[in-house]
Amino acid sequence: MKEANQTIDARGKLCPEPVVLTRKAMNSFPGEALLVLVDSPVAKENVSRLAEKQGYKVTVDEHNGDYQINIDR
Amino acid sequence: MNEKRLIVLSGAVIGFIGVLLVYLGNARNYGICVACFIRDIAGGLGLHRAEVVQYIRPEVSGFILGAFIIALAAGEFRARGGSSPLLRFFLGFIVIVGALIFLGCPLRMVLRLAAGDLNALVGLAGFVAGIYVGIFFLHQGFSLGRNYPLGSSSGYVLPVLAIGLLLLVIIRPAFIFFSESGPGSLYAPVLVSLLAGLVVGVLVQRSRLCMAGGIRDLFLIKDPHLFYGTLALFLVALVSSLAFGYFQLGFVDQPIAHTDGFWNFTGMLVVGFGSVLLGGCPLRQIIMGSEGDTDAGLTFLGMLTGAAFMHNFGLAASPAGVPANGKIVVVLALAALLLIAVSNSVVTVPARTSKEVPSGASK
Repeated sequence: MKEANQTIDARGKLCPEPVVLTRKAMNSFPGEALLVLVDSPVAKENVSRLAEKQGYKVTVDEHNGDYQINIDR
Repeated sequence: MNEKRLIVLSGAVIGFIGVLLVYLGNARNYGICVACFIRDIAGGLGLHRAEVVQYIRPEVSGFILGAFIIALAAGEFRARGGSSPLLRFFLGFIVIVGALIFLGCPLRMVLRLAAGDLNALVGLAGFVAGIYVGIFFLHQGFSLGRNYPLGSSSGYVLPVLAIGLLLLVIIRPAFIFFSESGPGSLYAPVLVSLLAGLVVGVLVQRSRLCMAGGIRDLFLIKDPHLFYGTLALFLVALVSSLAFGYFQLGFVDQPIAHTDGFWNFTGMLVVGFGSVLLGGCPLRQIIMGSEGDTDAGLTFLGMLTGAAFMHNFGLAASPAGVPANGKIVVVLALAALLLIAVSNSVVTVPARTSKEVPSGASK
């Protein structure tokens, strides 16, 4: 998986905001790798589900309750 | 269990519990209603004196404690706050205004519909419209800002409050109010209500079930995941209502409902709009509050205050209809929602019309 070109920091934001921000980034940078930062399991699940539905590959790293969601085609 | 099975199972179990609690003592179409339960709690505490709706509902303590315990066990309890707390308190207040004009939260709306109350269909139309308006503002960049980690003790406030409320309804001290007639006088045994609440709290925390979220995600990201839960809840409640003999199709003479379509629509419009701005329906707010989100906890207190306000001043609807002043308040609530939505959206000014203001320039 290549390094993300765009980072979306959605930490502390309640759903659906992280999903809205991720989708905006997907539309603005189609096909580019994205890194989404969230800090709640709900946001992690929702962003991952969105990305998978849009045909992206998703990997998640967790560090002390913070999640780094790597999204790539 | 995969996410899809969990959301469907949660909806199904809650749909069944919503009807079972009626069989066990709650009023008709009143098995679970977060707005009504909060209103009853406000009455039980004497924060309003509407004598027919006073009972400290153990289900609500169950929602909170169930979600709190399972969040702790799953490592998902995290105290946090600071995302426009006062605005969220006020939004909770506003959502309950809408709910008490319609007579029910989104969950009761689904239960009413499943029991054949067609007024709830009008409410559903308003709810969907409200969600749609909310989504418009999400697209405009609406945000109440981020929250920040807090010390754990802040997150324990709501669960401790839930235990306190539970003790009051068990010990029944003289200063607590109990309705002698009306919906507040109809309730399942305390332990049964508590157990039902615990199960609902656990399921909603794990599955993220949300009545507003289900419809919102359908429009917003074309994702039916949460909506499967709503659908399962409706279908199981429908079958259960038929099985228990509670199903009664029509508009007139429905339990704890009025037939004023315009205000049913408007009430739920406010609930849908407000729920999208808050990020979830009233039940979801309680669950998030129990996971340590103190802003959602404050939203719960806003709902409690709003319920007391509505009944203290005779603004809430009843089967007789919506009082004149109640109509004024719900219109004001809608105006306030619009103001909050506009003022917290990011307005992007087209580049060619924007004028650069030199830094440090005054006015």
